Amino acid sequence: MTPPFAEQLNLRLCHCCRLACPADESAANCPRCGSPLHMRKPNAIARTWALMLAALVFYIPANVLPIMHTDALYRESSTTILGSVVTLWQGGAWDIAAIIFIASVGVPVTKFLVLGLLLITVQRGSLRSRRERTVLYRALELIGYWSMLDVFVAALLVSLVQFGVFGTIEPRLGILFFGLVVVLTMLAAQSFDPRLIWDTEPRNE
Amino acid sequence: MYTSPYIICEYCDSVYHRPQLSLHQKALCQRCGAVVARHNLLSIDQSLALSVAAGMLLLFICFYPVLMLKAQDQINSASLFDTVLALAEGPISLMALMSAFAIVFVPALQVVLMIWLLVHARGGVRAPAFRGCMRALAALRPWGMLEVFLLGCLVAVVKLKGPLDAAPTLGLFALGFLSLLMIGMAGRDVHLLWEKLP
Ligand SMILES: [Zn+2]
Ligand SMILES: [Zn+2]
Repeated sequence: MTPPFAEQLNLRLCHCCRLACPADESAANCPRCGSPLHMRKPNAIARTWALMLAALVFYIPANVLPIMHTDALYRESSTTILGSVVTLWQGGAWDIAAIIFIASVGVPVTKFLVLGLLLITVQRGSLRSRRERTVLYRALELIGYWSMLDVFVAALLVSLVQFGVFGTIEPRLGILFFGLVVVLTMLAAQSFDPRLIWDTEPRNE
Repeated sequence: MYTSPYIICEYCDSVYHRPQLSLHQKALCQRCGAVVARHNLLSIDQSLALSVAAGMLLLFICFYPVLMLKAQDQINSASLFDTVLALAEGPISLMALMSAFAIVFVPALQVVLMIWLLVHARGGVRAPAFRGCMRALAALRPWGMLEVFLLGCLVAVVKLKGPLDAAPTLGLFALGFLSLLMIGMAGRDVHLLWEKLP
């Protein structure tokens, strides 16, 4: 026995307070919290595509540009994210190298792939493995901000290593692009509506 | 009086009758497997106590260093605040703004809003501006990143090991505690106040 969909009972979920609201013509806002009610998030697919593509574009400078500049006693160098992963790996700190690689490369790339997959399958109205695709979406929400890791590491290093015997570490532009990628992918995941996966008829909202 | 005998899965729009859950139980969506309802563990008093604790911890680590760096006779340290300021001085102050937002501003606002709501909820009433506060909490939820910052601290300690001696401090433990508190409260059960205070 499968449960009914909200539409069949003439109900709408309020995304803010999770009240099952009656979906009358007049009710554009949730009676309890006042948030706007939608059958599905407006323009979900177009918005998600736009945000994701913007993130993809920013992901290039995030990887190519250095994220920080080190000026220690012996040497001066600018490191990119991948550069720092390689240095750490060669230095024997393979565990930290792995953590940074997963957070900075694994997580964003997974997000791009999963979002792309969800968008394309929803646009084609695919009915295959819908439960699994919903699980993928929840995973997307879960890993959301972890790619911010290297931004914070850089910030900590910059504030710890300043002047004197330690040398200096300065932030560089790459880190800004990296932060923007994280924000944009988070917004992209939020603007996607997982309920579209379960719609059997296309919607024009 | 806005309640409903139904709950709706936010991932697939399936509708269920509101289940009666006992301790540690949760209800899963038959269609997509998402959690549609869970028994909430904490009373209002307990939530309030934890919120106040979180507020004090946050104030503490804003100014007390989470990491320290020692070499010869020199000591450098970084608190939450220092970290944000360090980015502000560079060429990329926009980045500092983003970090300040994620690790100082959002957690602080979450704690203040929760204390405000819960203090009033103890008397069984809705706080002034209840709707706005609840909506703000829901909107802030994805943007607090203290636990990521915590992992960042651990990574930084190991990264600096070798040439320098970086040491975790009391502040780092406070940060660990705080992350747990924030995940436990602001992350999950706040929206239940809607039902507790009709
Ligand atoms: Zn609502
Ligand atoms: Zn569901």
